[in-house]
Amino acid sequence: MKVVVLTKQTFDTEAKITLDAQGKINPEGVSLIMNPYDEFAVEEALRIKEKTKGEVTVVSMGGPKAQDVLRQALAMGADRAVLITPELEEMDEYTTATILAKAVSRMEYDLILGGWRAIDDGSAQVAGRVAEILGLPVVNMVIKLEIAGGKVLATREIEGGSEVVEVPLPVVITAQKGLNEPRYPTMKGIMQAKKKPMEKLALSDLGLTAEEVAPKVRALKYFLPSPRAQGKIVPGEPAEAAAALVRLLREEAKVI
Amino acid sequence: MGKGIWVYAEHKNGKVKKVTYEMLGAARQLADQLAEEVAAVIIGKEVGELASALGEYGADKVYVVENDALAEYTTDGYTRALAGLALEHRPTAIFLGCTVQGRDLAAQVAQRLQTGLCTDCTKVELQDGQITLTRPIYAGKAFVQVVCPEARPVMATIRPNVLPPAEPQAGRTAEVVMADDVQPGDIRQIIKEVVRQVSSRPELTEADIIVSGGRGMKSAENFKILEELADVLGAAVGASRAAVDAGYAPHSMQVGQTGKTVSPQLYIACGISGAIQHLAGMGSSKVIVAINKDPEANIFKVADYGIVGDLFEVVPLLTREFRRLLGKE
Repeated sequence: MKVVVLTKQTFDTEAKITLDAQGKINPEGVSLIMNPYDEFAVEEALRIKEKTKGEVTVVSMGGPKAQDVLRQALAMGADRAVLITPELEEMDEYTTATILAKAVSRMEYDLILGGWRAIDDGSAQVAGRVAEILGLPVVNMVIKLEIAGGKVLATREIEGGSEVVEVPLPVVITAQKGLNEPRYPTMKGIMQAKKKPMEKLALSDLGLTAEEVAPKVRALKYFLPSPRAQGKIVPGEPAEAAAALVRLLREEAKVI
Repeated sequence: MGKGIWVYAEHKNGKVKKVTYEMLGAARQLADQLAEEVAAVIIGKEVGELASALGEYGADKVYVVENDALAEYTTDGYTRALAGLALEHRPTAIFLGCTVQGRDLAAQVAQRLQTGLCTDCTKVELQDGQITLTRPIYAGKAFVQVVCPEARPVMATIRPNVLPPAEPQAGRTAEVVMADDVQPGDIRQIIKEVVRQVSSRPELTEADIIVSGGRGMKSAENFKILEELADVLGAAVGASRAAVDAGYAPHSMQVGQTGKTVSPQLYIACGISGAIQHLAGMGSSKVIVAINKDPEANIFKVADYGIVGDLFEVVPLLTREFRRLLGKE
């Protein structure tokens, strides 16, 4: 099976967010990681590769730093990587999906995997849009994946439970935590990754123009939440404090 | 009157989800300012009888798409139904709840309609004549305000529990439009099995009160004391990433940047240190209570009320006090 994995580089979960002089999110000094949900997607792709003697291509969009994410996936065991650097001022999910879909459409694939959302903008729509553009079905938030006879049985998280969805290949599947336990790259993997092919593409290499991928949504401004005022410690022995807290929640906070 | 602000009415077990009423409140305000109508869209099998409630909450019109093939939610079936209806009537905006189903559906419909989608919005307003949407990014560590200047409809998913629900007006009715011409077509996703955990507790993302446990819970069994407190309060039970990673709770209970983002009226954090990625997921709660034996724990910096003490002692005492207060002895 040929598997394509869509990955994104994101800020680390412990990153503190600040704004720069232009009022945009400041990337200075923030450590970057592979979006954690994409790690599950890469891991699942590798397991399928190992079972089916398949091939895994990882695709990412971003500046030169995004290579780190692709190298990590290669070190885990992916075969080749594609980095698209569109150099656009403004983008939205429509932009990203249009570009990724165009890149993927030039590849051979049986299955496209990605994380169900990225932890930065968390919009959870790029993979679904890619599916729509490519005319493929999509199953989101998958926690278990079985493939047999040209079909996929995907167990996905729904509210208050899960459901098993049968869907034909090729298909877009997005990974939820619980799908697997991603492996760490080995030293040997890291060394091998350096020799694996990484294709670098600009927008024009995909035959796209900035106009064709112009965003539908535009950001007006970014802002930080107002910090919460420090509250009060309810004093006293446990029984006393518990009684006082319950009283405060009813009479002062009025939430009970 | 024309065009319309549409609200997708998600329903479960024969009941319209609460976030629908929250969206109808916002839609009504926008529609009045824009001199447009509010329409609700309800999709499923035998769902027409839910239409009357939508009228009471402010819908002028309810589009009903009923089909046996739409008895359960599938991405393909519901996308075709909602996108088909939108292509026919060209609304100004479509709002969906930012739920598992709403997120899934919104992305597909937005792409099919070649429009923008702003997800997980916490504010909807009209600014300079444009529908302006505010949404948290980095799980609430920052916010962005966006517009969709040209493409129509403007699409957004709205975070449950944030916007005030519309006030129902008894006797107010909506025009019910049976959209019989909308067909689900080929549905590639076949639902083979649905497993629902039987729980009398509310969904985490919709709960008014959440009782949450962290590493300080020390074991899965100990979550029982949180469940007892939750059941007295009619609350949901959540967990921090540390608790989930330690195997004390399933991931479906995780609150934080790699779990669920919640905005309850009251969040009671028990044995949670307050890692930045957890605070991101619950920082928009109205009132935060922290119980932790470490007075230096980060969680106290965001808590409105804190008790420094052993949660195994304090939580059962709280349960007893609430039981007394609420007359549940």
